[in-house]
Amino acid sequence: MFRRTTEIKGETVAIRFDGQRIVVPAGETVAAAVLANNSGHTRTSVVSGEARAPYCLMGTCFECLMEIDGIANRQACMTIVAEGMTINRQQGKREMPE
Amino acid sequence: MSETVDLAVIGAGPAGLAAATVAADHGLSVILLDEQPAPGGQIYRNIENFDKAALEENLGEDYTKGRAIAEAFRASNADYRPGATVWRVDADGSIAWTDGTTARILKAGRIIAATGALERPVPIPGWTLPGVMGAGAAQIMLKSAAMVPDGPTVIAGNGPLLYLVANQLYSAGTEIAAILETTRFRDYVSAAPYAFAAMRANEYLSKGAKLMQNLKNKGLKVQSAVSNLAAHGNGRFQKITYTAHSSEHEVEANALLLHQGVVPNVQITRQVGADHEWYEPQRYWRPRTDQWGTTSIKTLAVAGDGAGIFGAEAAALAGKLAALETVHRAGKIDELQRDVEAGPLMREHNRIAGVRPLLDRLYHPAPEVLTPTDETLVCRCEEVTAGDIRKCVEEGATGPNQLKAYTRCGMGPCQGRMCGLTVAEVIADARGKTAEEIGYYRLRPPIKPVTLGELAAMEDAAD
Repeated sequence: MFRRTTEIKGETVAIRFDGQRIVVPAGETVAAAVLANNSGHTRTSVVSGEARAPYCLMGTCFECLMEIDGIANRQACMTIVAEGMTINRQQGKREMPE
Repeated sequence: MSETVDLAVIGAGPAGLAAATVAADHGLSVILLDEQPAPGGQIYRNIENFDKAALEENLGEDYTKGRAIAEAFRASNADYRPGATVWRVDADGSIAWTDGTTARILKAGRIIAATGALERPVPIPGWTLPGVMGAGAAQIMLKSAAMVPDGPTVIAGNGPLLYLVANQLYSAGTEIAAILETTRFRDYVSAAPYAFAAMRANEYLSKGAKLMQNLKNKGLKVQSAVSNLAAHGNGRFQKITYTAHSSEHEVEANALLLHQGVVPNVQITRQVGADHEWYEPQRYWRPRTDQWGTTSIKTLAVAGDGAGIFGAEAAALAGKLAALETVHRAGKIDELQRDVEAGPLMREHNRIAGVRPLLDRLYHPAPEVLTPTDETLVCRCEEVTAGDIRKCVEEGATGPNQLKAYTRCGMGPCQGRMCGLTVAEVIADARGKTAEEIGYYRLRPPIKPVTLGELAAMEDAAD
């Protein structure tokens, strides 16, 4: 959905997004890393299941809620990438554990 | 034991940075809490670390001005806490916040909330499609990550930021497929009487004229007086349709950037229970404040766009004024010294504010955004349409808080940030009342998510 205007230089970190390993600049937000590496979405709606993507990128819209390192409902636009971080799209609403 | 401090500032944009700097320089103990990892707020986002080689020219000097404010703050004795999310504020001066691991409580003699503005949400059909976002959001990507939308991009709406972002993105290499402006002839008419007063802040007018000229020089045409904006696509944004000069048009693109001005972020002032007033020209709520930014709650002042939209330069001045009043209340300076130091700041603030009556009327939010069509989603979190809200009004819902029980509207993760203003407008319109009479959501803590783990860690930290 977004493209980098400059080559990645300086320090980088490797993260895993939906099972795929990607290398991104250190200090970048998870939302930016995800937007640069896929043309799709960050979560699906809890009501209709429609795909959603970040709208505000400053912590107010809560459209970028993702599962980061096993914790759901984290705001990807407010979270900085870290080496080895595992990021998954959040799918619909939460189910009650069995 | 909770930490104790003379002043806690919330937010590290121009208002918060300036407030913390002035208060610390006058000898107060100051903590500045900010959600972001680095100072600057949204307007000066990433100001210390942005890619100067690639972006200095594209972002322009209004942005790079923020450097001096951040440097002055870094040189002060204020205790800076980045990555700190405030989730509750109380009238006794206590602030509950979290660093992402452990929740903590801070006790402040006074609080200056400098939490700024957010882009007015722009509910049009299809605005939840991936590929549709705020123009300000795209600007954040440019400042913080040197990224631009990939492929043809449509920018639609009104307000100074629309033209600024169009210029910046074009310079950074974005293909601008269309610039669609919702400003109508009648907006020019209602703004015209304020043109003379705006001349006092002439630099803003010439800046605006220059932005428009730059667009022209780049060969970008602005389509004016558009209406019936609608985004379309299958799983992602692919096409915008609109009406201009009584005919239908469509533009295919990969990204749609919407903008209808910015509005004060009232989450903290609402949660703590301060009085608010309705600002009709831009149809938003702002906390009621005196000339020092003090709210109806004496321990709480608001500085910057959070107290009403006046822009970054006015925000830095307002931050200094709120800090001077705080220093005075703490007994460090007498009234005379406060007034002497404040005089020139106040005069400059008033001069800059002179441009607003003109801008606020010229860039009045588009009617179709205030009261969207029935099929348009108003509450993105819980997927409640304008038609659903109108139906609830017919069934007896009188205001935003009753509507929650009918629809869960405003009860999703964004806590009404995206739908609050629209909900009030739609109910007001359906009931034949004003949005001011209808009011706003009652906001309760936590105003930002905090995990049980963070709360549990709080106990341990206190031991």
